[in-house]
Amino acid sequence: MEWMEIISALALGMFIVVMLPAARNMVQNSPKGSSSDWVSFVVPIVMIMLFVILLIELV
Amino acid sequence: MNENLSTIARGSSSALATNKVLRNTYMLLSLTLLFSGLTAALSMLLKMPPMTYLISVIGGMVIAMFVLPRFANSTAGIGIVFLITGLLGFGLGPMLTMYASLPNGGNVIMLAFGGTGVIFMGLSAYALATKKDFSFLGGFLMVGFLLVLVAAVANIFMQIPAMSLMISAVVIMIMSGFILYDTSRIIHGGETNYVLATIGLYMTIFNIFISLLQILGIMGNDD
Repeated sequence: MEWMEIISALALGMFIVVMLPAARNMVQNSPKGSSSDWVSFVVPIVMIMLFVILLIELV
Repeated sequence: MNENLSTIARGSSSALATNKVLRNTYMLLSLTLLFSGLTAALSMLLKMPPMTYLISVIGGMVIAMFVLPRFANSTAGIGIVFLITGLLGFGLGPMLTMYASLPNGGNVIMLAFGGTGVIFMGLSAYALATKKDFSFLGGFLMVGFLLVLVAAVANIFMQIPAMSLMISAVVIMIMSGFILYDTSRIIHGGETNYVLATIGLYMTIFNIFISLLQILGIMGNDD
């Protein structure tokens, strides 16, 4: 199935190229978050990671 | 006084518009998820070959990136959203068939399905309850996603199982961030088009489901 891997890599590469300008625009125009903003993002993400570990335990 | 009243009226009409976008987004999202489930079941019944996944994902992404934005403001946009989500669901069929054939595969699929639902509903409820503005995450999530894509391309050739696990875990974290970001954009009026809002949230759910399937599939067969 080597051709499938090559097509996957090409598709992902194309996706990266297409997304690059939008990413650059978002990086330049995103407002800066305060430390409390980042905490309010990190806390739920840590909870999600703990939840995934719980799911792994359940398998 | 009149100025105050008009400010209040403007504020309440903007809140109403936001609620309408949110309601329409969740309604369309529910319908598209249901439709994806149906096309995935159809693909399993038809015993589609593994390459179906690749073709469907590439087709779905091309339509989402190049066709949908042109029709997002018309009713045709809704049809295109169903086309994309139906295609992605159809592509899931061979993957689900493969996981279902593994020992404990049914359990893995159900856990990934339930886990995705819990993650999406939990994060949406968090963003809706706190009403926090997560727009600061935009650049960070986009750069993180691009780095993950680069790592995924590298791992197609390197084939390192641990890296594959790591990529899936990071995708779950980034997509979770995108759920907060997208929901907050709808709440704060940054996204007023429910067709585009739906496809954004659908993609996060799709990626979380696939990544959870991979993680649970690898860890579940580690005995």
